[in-house]
Amino acid sequence: MASKILSQKFYAEMEKLIPRYPTRVALLLPALHQAQEETGWLPPEVLEEIGAYIGIHPAQVREVASFYTMYNLTPVGKYHVKICTNVACCLRGANELVEQVERKLNIQCGETTRDRKFTLMEEECLGACGTAPAMMLNDDYYENLDSKKLDQILESLE
Amino acid sequence: MSETLYIQHFNEQARPLSYYLEKMAGYSALKKALGMSADDIITEVKKSNLRGRGGAGFPTGMKWGFIPKQSSKPKYVVCNADESEPGTFKDRDLMRYTPHLLIEGMLIAGHAIGSSIGYIYIRGEYTREAKLLNAAIEEAYKAGYLGKNILGSGFNFDLTVHRGAGAYICGEETGLLNSLEGRRGEPRVKPPFPAQAGAFGGPTVVNNVETLTNIPFILNNGGDWFAKLGKLEKSGGTRLISISGHVKKPGVYEIAAGSMTIRQIIDQLGGGILGDKKLKAVIPGGSSAPVLTADEIDVVYDIEPLMKIGTMMGSAAMMVVSEDYCVVRLIQRITKFYEHESCGQCTPCREGCKWMEDVIHRILEGHGREQDLNLLLNIADNISGKTLCALGDAAAGPVTSFVKKFRADFEAYIRSGKNAQVHH
Repeated sequence: MASKILSQKFYAEMEKLIPRYPTRVALLLPALHQAQEETGWLPPEVLEEIGAYIGIHPAQVREVASFYTMYNLTPVGKYHVKICTNVACCLRGANELVEQVERKLNIQCGETTRDRKFTLMEEECLGACGTAPAMMLNDDYYENLDSKKLDQILESLE
Repeated sequence: MSETLYIQHFNEQARPLSYYLEKMAGYSALKKALGMSADDIITEVKKSNLRGRGGAGFPTGMKWGFIPKQSSKPKYVVCNADESEPGTFKDRDLMRYTPHLLIEGMLIAGHAIGSSIGYIYIRGEYTREAKLLNAAIEEAYKAGYLGKNILGSGFNFDLTVHRGAGAYICGEETGLLNSLEGRRGEPRVKPPFPAQAGAFGGPTVVNNVETLTNIPFILNNGGDWFAKLGKLEKSGGTRLISISGHVKKPGVYEIAAGSMTIRQIIDQLGGGILGDKKLKAVIPGGSSAPVLTADEIDVVYDIEPLMKIGTMMGSAAMMVVSEDYCVVRLIQRITKFYEHESCGQCTPCREGCKWMEDVIHRILEGHGREQDLNLLLNIADNISGKTLCALGDAAAGPVTSFVKKFRADFEAYIRSGKNAQVHH
């Protein structure tokens, strides 16, 4: 196998988790999370490296990774904007927020800006319905959004 | 107001172990439990009339009682912290404000079923809550509440936070177990139930966060005390309710189980309808629960009364909809969710959810036909009860109830080719 893409830190984190599970395959979800934290998305070479480490076929890694929406199997922008448009957020105007971002960034939902700065997605329920509308920006929650607040957040990003 | 267990502690100050020990009699229930036999603990939980807080409302003591005493494989305690039923956000507060309650509840569950390994399966999006839980777990290890020979009792227990990665179906307990094992979160064929063969093939209890956080209170104060907190038979304790949508004060509230009607909850806790508008509909138990109309809300908000009128309390997530919101648009969004989240194993769910969404979408776009409404009922009927897990029913129930209860709205929409009401 070619030289490794994932860092020493990745392997150190995995070694810490090994005694926590009775099987090695159980490391797969934590490994995918940890890898994505390093590489931003999960290219085939990374899936292969994870498979080699755990001892499973790369196809099995892909089979699992593709089941879950949080694993990015295609590149995403530096800022991954995920606006919840499920019921509670819709009742509080989430669709209008999506349209606002689409206009502002000149992309459609699911797309990335040409400069790779932003990716916009609609998200299913984030479990923040009491503070709707809500969104995730990379790993962080932003709640009680309105048009002005959303604009300010986007403009504050470099 | 009646007694509340949680809500007074829902703030940042409550999070550290020091607060838990001083203000919440922290880990005293564990000490008590370690001096009790497994059977006595399970009897106490049975007496409490605690019913699962994740959605199904199954009696917790009975669930624990299903775990075989002898097992050649290790047994597991798994906390379902996937909290992904739309409208539900109470477990997030429990994890970020009172994480030690959950840890203590899991320890007691472990002792009661003879398990020394626990996992908290938390939805992937709750990254912050996962970090907070890990910090609390570290505190508990350092203080000797987790690890080997806990409090000198000879009881060992290790606890690990396992993050999901964005899949509603992992809230279904066997989908969750597959996901914990590093697989696609596809629900399993039952039997065997998790009590016989759950995580990694071992006997496993899967309990919701709030279910487990109730356990320390039950051990400290007794099952009878907990049962009496509830105002109805067979439903003990308090309920954390997530209120969202068109109310003035959305948020998490706590009531004695069965102590209020839906109308009282909306008016007294939710502060009434946003903009003082009229009520259109209430989805009483997360988006899977069949909808209620404005004249059905004088019902006591608890498991049995809601079942009697054909809906469910689910995860106690109440979504309130005011008069000017379009019901076609609403059910389209709900159905799109289930279509997206169907794992695809069972044909009726995989194909049926897509068909329902297609038909409702067609109506929404102004191309609906009169026969579409009966078609929707027919598709829903062909999904319901014909799938491995409850996702099929979760998708079919809302469609059936919306079409039946708001048929006139759908017909008007189809006739006019668009909705006369304002889209907000």
